[in-house]
Amino acid sequence: MSITAEHGYTHAGTHERYGYTDLSRLMGMMTGDEKHGPAATSTLDVLWVLYDRVLRVGPERAEDPERDRFLLSKGHGPMAYYAVLAAKGFLPVEWLPEFGSYDSPLGHHPDRVLVPGAEIGSGSLGHGLPLAVGTALGLRAQGLHAPSVWVLIGDAELDEGSNHEAIAYAGPAGLDRLHTVVVDNASASHALPGGIAARFEAAGWSAETVDGRDHEALYAAFTAPHPGRPRVVVARVEPKNA
Amino acid sequence: MDTMRDRFAPVVSRLLDEDPRVAVVLAEIGKDGFEDARHRHPDRVINVGIREQLLVGAGAGLALTGMRPVVHTFASFLVERPFEQVKLDLGHQDVGAVLVSAAASFDWPAGGFTHMAPGDVALLDTLDGWTVHVPGHPDEAETLLRHAVGPGGNKADKVYVRLSVQANERGLPVDGARFLTVREGRGGVVVAVGPLLDAVLAATEGLDVTVLYATTVRPFDAAALRRATEAAGAEVVLVEPYLAGTSTAAANDALADVPHRVLGLGVGRRELRRYGTVEEHVSAHGLDAGSLRERITGFLGAAAVHVR
Repeated sequence: MSITAEHGYTHAGTHERYGYTDLSRLMGMMTGDEKHGPAATSTLDVLWVLYDRVLRVGPERAEDPERDRFLLSKGHGPMAYYAVLAAKGFLPVEWLPEFGSYDSPLGHHPDRVLVPGAEIGSGSLGHGLPLAVGTALGLRAQGLHAPSVWVLIGDAELDEGSNHEAIAYAGPAGLDRLHTVVVDNASASHALPGGIAARFEAAGWSAETVDGRDHEALYAAFTAPHPGRPRVVVARVEPKNA
Repeated sequence: MDTMRDRFAPVVSRLLDEDPRVAVVLAEIGKDGFEDARHRHPDRVINVGIREQLLVGAGAGLALTGMRPVVHTFASFLVERPFEQVKLDLGHQDVGAVLVSAAASFDWPAGGFTHMAPGDVALLDTLDGWTVHVPGHPDEAETLLRHAVGPGGNKADKVYVRLSVQANERGLPVDGARFLTVREGRGGVVVAVGPLLDAVLAATEGLDVTVLYATTVRPFDAAALRRATEAAGAEVVLVEPYLAGTSTAAANDALADVPHRVLGLGVGRRELRRYGTVEEHVSAHGLDAGSLRERITGFLGAAAVHVR
């Protein structure tokens, strides 16, 4: 039984239960192949651990102000994201094969207006973290102190300057409900000088770098306390161009 | 006379007191005016520093949680610099915000071209669903700000309020939607936008033309223009305090099924590379009363010059 099920957030009855081992098959419904290279699955383990064990979300809580917010900023290659959303009952598995077609809600970049469970639309890089900062500010201003805000970005996405505006602001602002996961597949042509975690730490964030395939390490990093500070977890996976 | 910008912080501070959904997002510019409000509402008066991508992105994030963000800085840094954030974080995410700009086309000529944004309204015209208010007087600015932010408004509305130092002598009772008929004639229609009304009234003194006054330019009040042209003829001059011709397409669309002519006057596209005063820039762009009269009569011809 998953943590989400223990918390009672799993959508009851309307869909069969899927586990981590089903994700490859679900992705295959979109890609036409059950085998996926590291690039297609770079976010898969992070997404699974978050949706299975960390996020307090669920299909029945779409409008719940107290739900956690997960913002997928790195909208490229969203098959893993759709597979996890389908596995968790946010969207019907039957939607997956039509991925990218004119009548499908599932595009090659997600659109929050079309995809149940997607908190933002993404595709253009560098938008998610500023949106997450605003989301954390908005929840705080309404006295909603329980929900966590999560944003997933890629290491190359950190090239975009908008992220650095958000990183530099969120630390001093003490946005401790804000969490960033950087999936690092070493895809940036010019790696961030000093390293990714150091960039966040310099701005006052709590930071940890872990193996992005190790579910227990991810879970521990995702749930470690970080009072008064926003949190970044750098999840290292296989280099994109290895 | 105080300026529209002088009204901005007091009006929005009252809205912060009245409505817990309102939040103000700033990027340093304009923060002093919100000092008192920030003490009363520390979580709803937000200054992100000199970070305009974050300014708009964070405003949109607030809107995602159900807040009504009022986002403010100079027009160049609110619409032009973070334009993709305006397009995606608000438009594509399908959330609303009130963007309130200062400095307009050339409020600070000595500051040079970096602080001029004559293209702001034209840029917003490339996007769907924006309401654009261009008040012509501080009283109108107050009315339109309340209209944009306040209760009763749809929280998902995307509204741009363009504040300027340029202003008319007196405010008129604007309603946040319709053009007002200020003068009626039979030899053409002149649409004066916001702070250019006084210059247009002086320029058309004694001419046989209808003068419409527009402070809400998007949506464009096509019905008002059509009605005016029925009596005054479908020869239309638009006088706008931003890029010349910005509303020409909207006027053409309003009159698509009748023969018509449209002249779009406003701020020229060419960079002047001049400093100086607002008055000097008004003249350089041909927007003073004398230049306007010459260009309006040149376009409308004998029908307008005919003494009423």
